Amino acid sequence: MERFFRSDFFYHFCHAPVAIVSFITIILIILSAIFANLIAPTNPFDPSSLNLMNGFTPPLETNEFTGESFLLGTDDQGRDLFSTILYGLRISLFVGLMAVFLAMVMGVLLGLIAGFLGGWIDSIIMRFADIQMTFPSILVAMLIYGVARGILPPEVRYEMSIVVLIISIGLSEWVPFARTVRGSTLVEKEKEYVTAAKMIGLNRQQIMVRHILPNVLSPVLVIATITFALAIIAEATLSFLGVGVPTTKPSLGTLIRIGQDFLFSGEWWILLFPAITLLALALSINLFGDWLRDTLNPKLK
Amino acid sequence: MIFIILNRFFQAVLVLLFVALISFLIFRFVGNPVESLMGQEATLAQRAALEEALGLNNPIYIQYFDFLWKAVRFDFGNSYRGALPVAELIASRLPATLELALTSAVFAVIFGVFMGIYTAINRGSVITNFILSSSLIGVSLPTFLIGVLLIWLFSVELNWLPSFGRGEVVDLGWWTTGFLSESGLKSLVLPAITLGLYQMTLIMRLTRSEMLEVLRQDYIRLARALGLTSKAVYFFHALPNILIPVITIGGLQLGSVIAFAIITETVFQWPGVGLLFINAVYFVDIPVMSAYLLLVGFAFVLINLIVDLSYFFIDPRLRDSELKDKA
Amino acid sequence: MIKHLLISAAIVTASFATASAETVRWARAGDSITMDPHAQNEGPTHTLSHQIYDTLLQRDMAGAIIPSLATEWAALKDNPSVWRFKLRQGVSFHDGSKFNSEDVVFSLNRAMADGSEMKELLSSVKEVRAVDSHTVDIETNGANPLLINNLTNMFMMDKTWSENNKVTTPHDVAKGETNFATMNTNGTGAFILVSRAVDEKTVLKANPNYWGKNLYPNQVTEIVYTPIQSSATRVAALLSGEVDIIQDVPVQDLGRVSSSSALQLATAAQNRVIFFGLDTVNGPTAELKVRQAMNIAINRDSIKKVVMRGQSDPTGVIMPPFVNGWTEALNKYPKYDLEKAKSLMKEAGHENGFDLVLNCPNDRYINDESICQAAVGMMAKIGINVTLDAKPKAQHFPIAKGGDADFYMLGWGVPTFDSHYIFNYLVHTQTSDRGSWNPTGYSNANVDSMIESLESETNLKKRDDTIAKIWAEVQKAQMYLPIHNQVLNWGMRKDIDFDVQPEDTPHFQFLKFN
Repeated sequence: MERFFRSDFFYHFCHAPVAIVSFITIILIILSAIFANLIAPTNPFDPSSLNLMNGFTPPLETNEFTGESFLLGTDDQGRDLFSTILYGLRISLFVGLMAVFLAMVMGVLLGLIAGFLGGWIDSIIMRFADIQMTFPSILVAMLIYGVARGILPPEVRYEMSIVVLIISIGLSEWVPFARTVRGSTLVEKEKEYVTAAKMIGLNRQQIMVRHILPNVLSPVLVIATITFALAIIAEATLSFLGVGVPTTKPSLGTLIRIGQDFLFSGEWWILLFPAITLLALALSINLFGDWLRDTLNPKLK
Repeated sequence: MIFIILNRFFQAVLVLLFVALISFLIFRFVGNPVESLMGQEATLAQRAALEEALGLNNPIYIQYFDFLWKAVRFDFGNSYRGALPVAELIASRLPATLELALTSAVFAVIFGVFMGIYTAINRGSVITNFILSSSLIGVSLPTFLIGVLLIWLFSVELNWLPSFGRGEVVDLGWWTTGFLSESGLKSLVLPAITLGLYQMTLIMRLTRSEMLEVLRQDYIRLARALGLTSKAVYFFHALPNILIPVITIGGLQLGSVIAFAIITETVFQWPGVGLLFINAVYFVDIPVMSAYLLLVGFAFVLINLIVDLSYFFIDPRLRDSELKDKA
Repeated sequence: MIKHLLISAAIVTASFATASAETVRWARAGDSITMDPHAQNEGPTHTLSHQIYDTLLQRDMAGAIIPSLATEWAALKDNPSVWRFKLRQGVSFHDGSKFNSEDVVFSLNRAMADGSEMKELLSSVKEVRAVDSHTVDIETNGANPLLINNLTNMFMMDKTWSENNKVTTPHDVAKGETNFATMNTNGTGAFILVSRAVDEKTVLKANPNYWGKNLYPNQVTEIVYTPIQSSATRVAALLSGEVDIIQDVPVQDLGRVSSSSALQLATAAQNRVIFFGLDTVNGPTAELKVRQAMNIAINRDSIKKVVMRGQSDPTGVIMPPFVNGWTEALNKYPKYDLEKAKSLMKEAGHENGFDLVLNCPNDRYINDESICQAAVGMMAKIGINVTLDAKPKAQHFPIAKGGDADFYMLGWGVPTFDSHYIFNYLVHTQTSDRGSWNPTGYSNANVDSMIESLESETNLKKRDDTIAKIWAEVQKAQMYLPIHNQVLNWGMRKDIDFDVQPEDTPHFQFLKFN
């Protein structure tokens, strides 16, 4: 641990205000999502606790019927927006992280194998990538959703919709990882150090994992950054198309979709606060990713 | 060289066959062609006769080849909803989507590459920081929200641009275009920005990072040391080297453009194939869904093939190594 | 030749002088499902059909029946089970062929054929006969004094055209069938179909030979109809002046539309009631006490206040006030009573609650999904754990019709303005030609025979008594949980003079420009 605090990495971090701010923001958002049940004044996912008459209460104002007031106001169903955002964050973060993880593991592995081994294995993997790219995430999600909807009973729809989101976003985002890793591997493996490693008799796995992998990680990091933000946004988009989580247990994206209906009518808070939260999260991830890339890739210094 | 092209071409055909298989399975097993062609009064004998006529009793691989043969001739049957041949329906909607995709792609590439280079060259300047941060805000919001916000600002509040549809289109017989009328061009602005914004940011980020990488290379330093002007260095020496990743990602992103067109077309009620597909899903219009999948598949395979082949023309090193492998 | 040109030029000038040529750009959320006028009994579909096809009789803005293709009608003095209709002279279809009694016989038989969704309306009809070229008799099984109420959405097609194009029976939309009439029309109406791209744009032009030319304003020369699914986009299109009239202004945007200097809002009570249906045969909702508990656990006032922003009329019966049989007493909705609902649940042995799926459309009724969502919260308060399954109407209707649903939302408009229409579709036991929208499993032989007796009861007093009796049974059985009657809000350009039609069906020949 002490080594970490004395490292170059930590030194650079302490001297990059953008990195510090974005990192703190990410941590704060993640923590508040994890401890949502402790922080949030209400549980918006428990429908029996809702009072419809609280609907459309503006931030910090007192509802004329119930006498209650809410920090960020309420949505169209009388849910406390602050609590709903915290609980919605849980879903969005979970879907995003799982989807990126799935995509990254698949993509890096397949990309490395394809790039390093080449030949017919490369061909097969990259043709699968072609097929995958043929069906963009939205199409994949709609197909998987349609099939799952046909097979599974409606009672498990909520769990199902989260799994469908993770699989469809994850499955459709592995290709950029694979393509980039393969591309970099193709270039890297021509370099002298790999030739040298081959000469001293290291086997393929060793070369792949020890030598090529670390060298292709920085583009992977950039893509993972984009993909994480992308996954959270894809979740919102699928909710907009009616393929996401139900409105009774809304994610951040579902909340934004609900809020946009009230954009013209003056109930700005229903759209603004979830959108700002999403923006803060995605922006921080992107900014931190950028900084990470610059730092981990000393050539760019 | 010819060998590689043929090889890639062969692989593309295989991919297409696989996509067609998925499309065929959806068409054959999710929809019910007999029900869709016959009323409930039909007798068992009539049903059997129709099944025979449609070849539904043939072995499944023969049915698949039949489907392929029909697909090659653009025969996808009739839409359940519109009672029109699916091919005709798609053909009438395709120009709208292609014009939108093309406009947004041109917008994304031009602005993306330009801003990428600018921000790489002028690191840390005020304008660079502004471009970088505002582009990040752009990608951190969902497409549909950006679309709605644009409508709110430019259609409702400012009343500058139309909020839906293609405006006035000129029918050229085989193609309908919005490029030739003022209202058509105006209608294109908001959807194209909505659709292209994400790709633009991606291309910009990519161009910037590749440019920064290239500028560190020894040969650029050498060129500078030899007294070449900045412009010459950037455009004749640095730019060609960043083209591979830009073309790769840019080409692959065309896929996302078509996918995200579904959302943009929904928000702006843009009468393209994306909107057709969404409504086909809602109405369980199987022939349209199946044909759309095949169409998208075909478009992607074509794009991939072009991207793959362009690799070899742009980077001689890859070309040589690939040739060596084959030899 | 020159003389000829001069004359036609003069005619053109004259026609421009009499009617100001105006295009109306019209939008709403959903498109018509088919142009076949008998294949769907659905609001947006009928609305478009009404521009192109005519019916024998129509309703004026106040709901009274007035002549359309029939000019006179009466039951025969000596035989009350026969209605005789005198047809309008000199009417022709858009393709030029003459309209006569043969077409009426053909169209009514077509509407009674399999695949037609209009057949419940004609379930009392025994035979349709042509007396002469412009007289038609409709014979019913026993006298049916209210038959004419059922003809206001019964569109007239051309027999020859239908035979030539092999569309003598309607196509079954639920099965995915289509026919020539799905996309092609030949009516006698005020507008001719020029082009149609489903979900995209439908263009109609004024019919130069329209029989009502001198009867109605007919100031609209062209209609451009665009379905705009996204409500934000639709409102934006109205606010920015890209469309002239929308039928469905979202309730949250009413203020914005009415405060715009270029726009006006026209509001009227709609002849449509929104309710939930429950399975009365299987599952916990088979228990009457559970259904009663659910009924009083719905807080209709708060749905009106918050979800509908005051734009609804809560009710205790699945019948809009326009309908014969409606009474204040039936309309009175039960008081929201959580304690009583809980004790009813306890009596039914479900004090620990149970799970239920609520099937809900999300693109058909005003704020349909929000109402369902509010119901989820209200049901949770009495222990019922409801999973909301909201989907587009095309997927929802087969479920709400097919009997798969335990708990579902439906809206019902009553074009006949008579209770029989509600009973025959929603209360009668589900059979091949009746009760097609009654998937609740409710089946009462006594009620069924009372419903059928309404079709031939000539004593209107006695008939009304029977209607009241049936309503008493329906209210007792509680298979439906009424929510409210909808309120219509049409948003349009300020210079348009157009009354809101209670069935949400604009007839554009009546539109005037100020």
